[in-house]
Amino acid sequence: MKLNLKIWRQENATAKGKIVDYPVDGIDGDMSFLEMLDILNEQLVEKGEDTIQFDHDCREGICGSCSLQINGEPHGPDKLIATCQLHMRSFKDGDTIYIEPFRAKAFPVIKDLIVDRTAFDRIQQAWGYVSVNTSGNTVDANTIPVEKEKADESFNAATCIGCGACVAACKNASAMLFTSAKVSQYALLPQGRVEATERVKAMVRQMDEEGFGNCSNTGACEIECPKGISLENIARMNREYLAASVKG
Amino acid sequence: MSVLDSKIPKGPLKEKWTNHKNNINLVNPANKRNIDVIVIGTGLAGGSAAATLAELGYNVKTFCYQDSPRRAHSIAAQGGINASKNYQGDGDSDYRLFYDTVKGGDYRSREGNVYRLAEVSGNIIDQCVAQGVPFAREYGGYLDNRSFGGVLVSRTFYAKGQTGQQLLLGAYSAMNRQINRGKIKPYNRHEMMDLVLVDGKARGIIARNMITGEIERHSAHAVVLASGGYGNVFFLSTNAMGSNVTAAWRAHRRGAYFANPCYTQIHPTCIPVSGDHQSKLTLMSESLRNDGRIWVPKRKEDAEAIRSGKKKPTQLAEEDRDYYLERRYPAFGNLVPRDVASRAAKERCDAGFGVNKTGQAVYLDFSDAIERYGKEKAFTAGNKDASKEEIIKLGKEVVAAKYGNLFDMYQKIVDQNPYETPMMIYPAVHYTMGGLWVDYNLQTTIPGCYAAGEANFSDHGANRLGASALMQGLADGYFVLPYTIGNYLSDDIRTGAISTDSPEFEETENAVKERMDKLMNANGSKSVDSYHKELGLIMWNKCGMARNAEGLKEAIEEIAALREDFWKNVKVPGTATSKNAELEKAGRVADFLELGELFAKDALHRNESCGGHFREEYQTEEGEALRDDENFRYVAAWEHKGKPADAVLHKEELVFENIELKTRSYK
Repeated sequence: MKLNLKIWRQENATAKGKIVDYPVDGIDGDMSFLEMLDILNEQLVEKGEDTIQFDHDCREGICGSCSLQINGEPHGPDKLIATCQLHMRSFKDGDTIYIEPFRAKAFPVIKDLIVDRTAFDRIQQAWGYVSVNTSGNTVDANTIPVEKEKADESFNAATCIGCGACVAACKNASAMLFTSAKVSQYALLPQGRVEATERVKAMVRQMDEEGFGNCSNTGACEIECPKGISLENIARMNREYLAASVKG
Repeated sequence: MSVLDSKIPKGPLKEKWTNHKNNINLVNPANKRNIDVIVIGTGLAGGSAAATLAELGYNVKTFCYQDSPRRAHSIAAQGGINASKNYQGDGDSDYRLFYDTVKGGDYRSREGNVYRLAEVSGNIIDQCVAQGVPFAREYGGYLDNRSFGGVLVSRTFYAKGQTGQQLLLGAYSAMNRQINRGKIKPYNRHEMMDLVLVDGKARGIIARNMITGEIERHSAHAVVLASGGYGNVFFLSTNAMGSNVTAAWRAHRRGAYFANPCYTQIHPTCIPVSGDHQSKLTLMSESLRNDGRIWVPKRKEDAEAIRSGKKKPTQLAEEDRDYYLERRYPAFGNLVPRDVASRAAKERCDAGFGVNKTGQAVYLDFSDAIERYGKEKAFTAGNKDASKEEIIKLGKEVVAAKYGNLFDMYQKIVDQNPYETPMMIYPAVHYTMGGLWVDYNLQTTIPGCYAAGEANFSDHGANRLGASALMQGLADGYFVLPYTIGNYLSDDIRTGAISTDSPEFEETENAVKERMDKLMNANGSKSVDSYHKELGLIMWNKCGMARNAEGLKEAIEEIAALREDFWKNVKVPGTATSKNAELEKAGRVADFLELGELFAKDALHRNESCGGHFREEYQTEEGEALRDDENFRYVAAWEHKGKPADAVLHKEELVFENIELKTRSYK
């Protein structure tokens, strides 16, 4: 199929960016979206032009590197997948496709389609862990039984791949879904409960400092999340945060 | 030819590690504060090593090419992690895990290392649970287990099909705690370009900031390479696009021996190649072989009809299907080790029984499992005479709970529903058992340069068992390296900070810059990817699942010629002073073009078949691998001498005191 790509090009963080037209031909439905970009880049190499830079690595939807805004939607039109799992069979011959970086104040553009998501790292550095030494001198793994339902819920929150689609989908560029997933994973397990109060306060503080917006309550984040992280996590974080604030 | 000293402690197998720990030198906490350690790679091995080293008090710098340590490719590991906990009471023990691993590796690994691995395995699970890793649990609240290939017990802990992700997030969270304490300084989007040696010791690295293109000097008292494997030498593999051998290869060029490069794992259950555009392959976890049955049509006519789209697999009656693994290996059936399963698939496809348009695929069928689970669930729910439809519906629910994300992933890529029609799978390059040679302390042949996880060669012999990579990565990182490195660093308590102004740093930096200029200015006409694809084809066709002397000799010549052409005709657009993916790839492919040749050379010299290394000239009448213990019971460690063709072989004899060498049998 033939496609008309409109791709955001930006030399670096301070340069002014713009949309550039790239017509492509011979695209097969079985190709992944990123393989389609590979083909375009191969053509740019032939012409001696600088290739389009985009983040990608595992190409199986788990590392969370890929981060494209495709026709205005994070990770494109299909639901519950990352860009790398999007296949060209979701488009048709003659389509025009806009490809842009994730847009958020807290995610500055590095080059072309690549954004800086280190704000997510800093939120987790703030207290996104259980304070246990890795010496191996812990109790036997089966000492504390964990209710299966709780364990599963914790797992579901922990499946977040940290891609930032929730932020890109939100009109306020809020990181509530991301942060709440991390808070929930630990809050739901006895091992993480111990320091839950301090954790939620520290992580929310860092989230605010990074310049993410307030929750818009529209639920766009949940819809665009490639892993289907539930809004219930935000409600849980709010409860945790309120309780922590009352405790002081 | 020299003899390599593996430094395996003396004494009985079970006491080696404990005695060793009791006898190595320690560094006191106050002195640790004056010692710097660089860790390359932040996957399970690097992330866990960095966290523990920092927690012990060392100043750690981590480097990864991804934008966050959490994205290292350990994250993609699906099935699980082994540990000899014996929670299922099915007779598991440290000894059994040790025995299975040595046997699974086709008797080409070190007894001492493997026993240590088994010994610390249980502790890994304790540690991960304490960190908040959400493993799968049973209704009673205790941890659940499943089975993997090559063993007869259930010792695999898992978190759905995303175990690697959860374990990596655990290691990453431990790193974050240390970053927050200021004990780890993370350098993300940085690539190690070379290793710096001062007075023969590893004292730092030259790194490239991948955003600004700046070339940086970083010094330390020791350098840990946890940079993963080299499966991408095949171009198509289940590795991440960025996975590369550069850090390990640069160390090799500086004096670290490279061991057993030809030991590569071709994983039996991957999604088949669909066309020339393919950029990578996707694994379908081995855990699927717990419940999926592998088959091809019994008759060639049926296989042809399926390939041309005239027949569907579901139309084939039970008696027209050949469950070839169950037929050939009744004891282990679909759960034979990976090398055995992969070769069996290739054998059937080569004989003309393959499916998919290409004929390069076999079926992995869940219909029996769906029915079995459905019946069980209906029975448990008190529905003693459930209809077939009800049973199938319930069965699909159970299968979805176990493997849902894998089934979804398959459906997205192949556009077929694996609940309704059998999955198609074919072997693909997945893991490399070879790597930098290390002694028992995980030190390479360069003093102060250590290697952990997939980057070293140590524990899996010629074939790795499923769910053992995660175990080894975390064992090395959390529990082995942070202690053994202390023995070396105890000599450095008075050294003080290492200066980056020395002539050694200067020279190495210049060499890096020169090489990059050469790549930028080659001004040829062919893209980096075109070379990588060509190399991949040579590797797959001549150094893949089956190898022979003739093909390997051709491969050596072809790769050398391709490498020469690459340096003349490669084209790298853009600049070296900004984010430039083409330049990054070019440096990596240049190293793959050297490693590939050494790989073929190693495979050619090893005149036997063992594990993942299958030489067609050396097989039994039944087509099984034929080892030659008399002549090849050694680790082949190669010393760099300018060109891969000139690499010098050093042998480390393998000593088996606790296990009797036998022909592996899974019948």
